[in-house]
Amino acid sequence: MPQPPLVDRVGAAALGFFEFTGSLATFGFRALVDAFRPPFEFGEIARHIYQFGLRSMPLILISGFAIGVVLSMHTRATLARFGAEALIPAGLALALIRETGPLTAGLLVSGRVGAGIGAEIGAMRVTEQIDALEANAVDAFKYLAVTRVIACVIAMPLLTAMIDFAGILGGYVAEAVVSGMPWQLYFERSFTYLEYSDFIPATLKTMVFGYLIGVVASYLGFTTSRGTEGVGEASTRSVVMASILIILSDVILVKIIFFFYPQGPA
Amino acid sequence: MTGSRDPIVRLDHVSKSFGTHRVLDDVTLDIPKGTAFVLLGRSGTGKSVALRHIIGLMRPDAGRILIEGRDIGPLDARGLTEVRKHIGFLFQNAALFDSMTVGENAAFPLRRHTRLSDHEIRDRAQQKLADVGLEREFDKMPADLSGGMKKRAALARAMALDPGILLVDEPSAGLDPITSREIDELLVERKRAGTTLVVVTHNIPSARAIGDELALLHDGRLVARGTASELDRDREPLVQAFMRSQGGG
Repeated sequence: MPQPPLVDRVGAAALGFFEFTGSLATFGFRALVDAFRPPFEFGEIARHIYQFGLRSMPLILISGFAIGVVLSMHTRATLARFGAEALIPAGLALALIRETGPLTAGLLVSGRVGAGIGAEIGAMRVTEQIDALEANAVDAFKYLAVTRVIACVIAMPLLTAMIDFAGILGGYVAEAVVSGMPWQLYFERSFTYLEYSDFIPATLKTMVFGYLIGVVASYLGFTTSRGTEGVGEASTRSVVMASILIILSDVILVKIIFFFYPQGPA
Repeated sequence: MTGSRDPIVRLDHVSKSFGTHRVLDDVTLDIPKGTAFVLLGRSGTGKSVALRHIIGLMRPDAGRILIEGRDIGPLDARGLTEVRKHIGFLFQNAALFDSMTVGENAAFPLRRHTRLSDHEIRDRAQQKLADVGLEREFDKMPADLSGGMKKRAALARAMALDPGILLVDEPSAGLDPITSREIDELLVERKRAGTTLVVVTHNIPSARAIGDELALLHDGRLVARGTASELDRDREPLVQAFMRSQGGG
């Protein structure tokens, strides 16, 4: 069978892209609106916060610690050239809290939680469990998607605070090994230049990451077809798409934060 | 015929297409209260689609679905939820929630739609599972059950709120003849208790065992309707071929 002309194929791909984007945006908007409408499904939200949040803690803490160690080594190598080793704790804390921590937490959670949501809801779709929820007079969208989106939004800042803490701890351990710096001095220097405006906007922006992870993964799960193959695809695409959206949204969010704090936090 | 002639379910000139494929073509159907109605037909003829329309999982392109005289087409999500509380649905593959135990599955509708205490919910779920012979499987996960047990557990869940209407999609699918007969007997028990059954199947022995009235769907249209003995006497070759078959699930 001959292939359609290139123009047709490009046109079809563009239409497919716009259809997908529109459909995803509608799904996300509906999740936002339904989050404020009863019933609130507190039990399900709490269950998901436990699953997404507490169960992601080992990954987040270990990764944060390792990132802290690596950042400390890099920061030392750079600042030592200028004889500014005393600024290592502050430089590391600023880099970690303002950008590295939130972005890394977002990407890690999109991998662990996004894949799980996509696969779980996708499997429910292909085994008719979503239809069974509807048949049991339950709003499946609200029960499955909205609760997960809310849980992601709540869990993300908490996990970000944890990765920040673990990173600073990792930085201290690396510094203590090299220079023998006491921990009181390390933490004092870490927080000398930090302000709330460094920590709060950067941490709260991860709520947007959580929203994106929840919406993308739930949407791909809900629209799963083609049996187990489709479930695997939903899981993989959830991670890829959520990661891309996190990175892109981060550019915009950083710009917004700098708009409200024009000179950058101290 | 065991029930009154008041239609509890009515499909009124219902049509549905997927792309260019017309699955239901101007189907009109009355199902009297308290009866067991069996919709027969080959695979892919729109039987399950018809069932999904009755519970509002699909919307018709044309026509109306009436449940107890109420058109469910214009209903919003809340209105549809109220209607669904009075309808049980037994899915072809059971569709048990695999993150919950069998007991939690049976208790799920009670937990969602009643104000019973935890203790009462557990007792009722136990009773529903006992009705289908699964009282000892309360704490098991669905993955630990056989195909027949899953169907029975799904039946317990579908009957948890004692709905007036029970929709059953291919009760014998994937089951051996003995297990299939056990499921049929459970459905007949439900009918005797006054539940209106709408069963979709291509298993003729099962249809004969359950149905007060049978109808044959072919190419989206109803081509025959009547009691089993009436369809046995039908001269239409397709109806004859169907009624003489012993096809299992």
